[in-house]
Amino acid sequence: MDLLNNFTLIGLPYAALVLFVVGTIYRYRATRFTYSSLSSQFLEGRQLFWGSMPFHWGLLVLFLGHLAAFLIPETVLAFNSHPVRLLIIEISAFMFALIVLVGIVTLFYRRVTNPRVQAVTTRIDLIVEILLILEVIIGISVALGFRWGSAWFPAVITPYLHSLMALQPDISAVATLPGVLKLHIVLAFLIILLFPFTRLVHFLVVPLHYIARPYQRVIWSWNRKQVRDPDTAWTITRPYQEVPNFLQKLVPSETVELLQQKLISRCCKHRK
Amino acid sequence: MDVRAQISMVFHLDKCIGCHTCSVACKNIWTDRKGAEYMWWNNVETKPGTGYPGKWEDQEIYKGGWEKKGANGRISLKGAGKLRGLLNIFHNPHLPVIDDYYEPFTYKYLDLIEAPAGDDQPTARPVSLITGKPIDIKMGPNWDDDLSGTPDYARNDPNLQDLSPAEQEAMFQLERMAFFYLPRICNHCLNPACVASCPSGAIYKRGEDGVVLINQEVCRAWRMCVTACPYKKSYYNWSTGKSEKCILCYPRLEAGYAPACMHSCVGRIRYLGVMLYDADKIQSAATDHDNDSNAIDLQMDILLDPFDPEVVQAAKENGMADSTVKAAQTSPTYKFVKEWGLAVPLHPEFRTLPMLFYVPPLLPVMASLSEAKNAEQEKKLDPIAKSWNDDWLYDTSTEELWGTVDQARFPLKYMANMFTAGDEEKIKDILKKLMAVRIHRRGVTVGDIPAERVQTTLEGVGLTPEMADDIYTLTALAKFDERFVIPAAHREQAMEMMDFVGDTKGSSGFGINQVAERGL
Repeated sequence: MDLLNNFTLIGLPYAALVLFVVGTIYRYRATRFTYSSLSSQFLEGRQLFWGSMPFHWGLLVLFLGHLAAFLIPETVLAFNSHPVRLLIIEISAFMFALIVLVGIVTLFYRRVTNPRVQAVTTRIDLIVEILLILEVIIGISVALGFRWGSAWFPAVITPYLHSLMALQPDISAVATLPGVLKLHIVLAFLIILLFPFTRLVHFLVVPLHYIARPYQRVIWSWNRKQVRDPDTAWTITRPYQEVPNFLQKLVPSETVELLQQKLISRCCKHRK
Repeated sequence: MDVRAQISMVFHLDKCIGCHTCSVACKNIWTDRKGAEYMWWNNVETKPGTGYPGKWEDQEIYKGGWEKKGANGRISLKGAGKLRGLLNIFHNPHLPVIDDYYEPFTYKYLDLIEAPAGDDQPTARPVSLITGKPIDIKMGPNWDDDLSGTPDYARNDPNLQDLSPAEQEAMFQLERMAFFYLPRICNHCLNPACVASCPSGAIYKRGEDGVVLINQEVCRAWRMCVTACPYKKSYYNWSTGKSEKCILCYPRLEAGYAPACMHSCVGRIRYLGVMLYDADKIQSAATDHDNDSNAIDLQMDILLDPFDPEVVQAAKENGMADSTVKAAQTSPTYKFVKEWGLAVPLHPEFRTLPMLFYVPPLLPVMASLSEAKNAEQEKKLDPIAKSWNDDWLYDTSTEELWGTVDQARFPLKYMANMFTAGDEEKIKDILKKLMAVRIHRRGVTVGDIPAERVQTTLEGVGLTPEMADDIYTLTALAKFDERFVIPAAHREQAMEMMDFVGDTKGSSGFGINQVAERGL
């Protein structure tokens, strides 16, 4: 039993985290083209609405809930100190879990029954969806069978996760948990492990920067103000890569030039 | 004044014969890949007609382009934008689906050869290029080709909405029916809605030549550009999970070749040249009008006179090469658009400031001459040859002309809805100019029109005989080098020059040397 616990609660999490970090970064640098949500709305839109909307929004809430318990356990515990607030948080979380379940089951049904969506379905898509369905069902059964998760998660799971982060894994508490609970944890790490090999990477490129950027984008392949100025160094003007304005003000001009050269060598690496 | 250059195209619609050669040339080079079969970066539509995708001009359906709220309000994207785009990212309610275009198909040709011997003729059944299963073909990219009178297509044209029922009926009487062709590619707008709608920031306008491109490595399939483009010229590749659009054949342009659609054009209807514009005025030109013909005036105001010394000076300060300024001075598009005022943008009321221009067709309007007097026509019908006599079909006397334009059987309102945000006067001015050039040339070549009448006609539309000759020359006689004037590629600007153009064929065709395969 110790061996199994060590493997699933220490070995697997570390393997998953390492693969997640290394894998997603490598994939981003090597084949950025494959970073896509691979939306299939263009082939089928109506069913997708009833699947995608509840799934994504519900999952967003659940994810933020788990994240809060992980990052700010004391606050969550303090919030739960009043039974009414505990009830509100538990019931709403449970509702969102049901919403997610409805969403992901709809998505799975759509994926296996619609011939057009089948045409753009890979094996890994199905594996991910099945894992997610299992994970949500197990999560719901945990919520039903082991009440007040928002109260014991910060006390039991959070220290375990923190010990993982501190590279001093302590599984003494989690090892004694019931099997369903451990399965929920193991599946979660399995999904994290699969990230770099699936379309799940689109979660990492959520375009929140859109809010801050101006609407229009014009890109010059060379610095138009300097390209025909004989006093300007050749390297600055060609091929032009933007070094952010605030950096240009903060650091000396030689560093800016060096940065630009870095950018140039990066952008031209794929050219023979 | 922030002077920039834009490579811009003019389509002379009177010369378009609707042969689709441009579409086929484009398809063979860029979109014969999986997931792109249904895309026609260049397509040709019959007008009146619903087009491709069906009824694309109806923004109540597709929610494309910009809209202005209130008289002095700012403009915002109709169906996308920061808040709406991010809230709808899991399901975009305004995204057209593939059935709005058509399901791409092929035929099982091998069945013709390999079918076992039997009693009936083997057939090649159509199969879907998505699922591979047999389908019934319901639509195609030019499904309404030449079907101008049909209730399913022509009468559903969104441009007919302002016409009275009587006018619409008159338009579709069999013997009065007329139509023309509308070739469309990406407009490479100055205020592109696709760029503004992209949450990832994958779409951008190239500063040097104004080509609007989608960076395939940054596109994450959030699909907002498909909604935002009012011309529906941003397409979603369902296989690779990336959006794609017309690239104005920039790898060809940089190597000094014309875009494939232009190069293959049988009717020689296309003109390509540089235009200088003032980027500081883009914002106000897109905002300061109320969906009226003022939109055209404001857009014309952005375009700068390349001979103006101040403009040239400002261009140089912006690092523009002399050859680019020179190309702008000899640009055929500048002549059509600004100098002669003959070409207008398609649907300026979408507020994207499209940089492709159309010379509206005169012929459907002029052909209406015959209908006015039925009894006289009968008398003029040559009983032996069974053909109409020329001298009444094109009666070129000026009194007749202006009257005809006013009561054209092809309502000017229809064309005004397409090209001038509903202003019939602007369309009429252009048609009168085009007719005046014909009258002038008839005076020169045939000589049966009195010189003073020719002169008054030209003066009436503000043309000199020299200008009329220039218009005639560029319209009818111009050789390829006069229709296609772009500056030489500057090595320091041409990012893609080191790449062999052929390399991009079969890969994604966007200058990334990677086969465009679906990601995990």
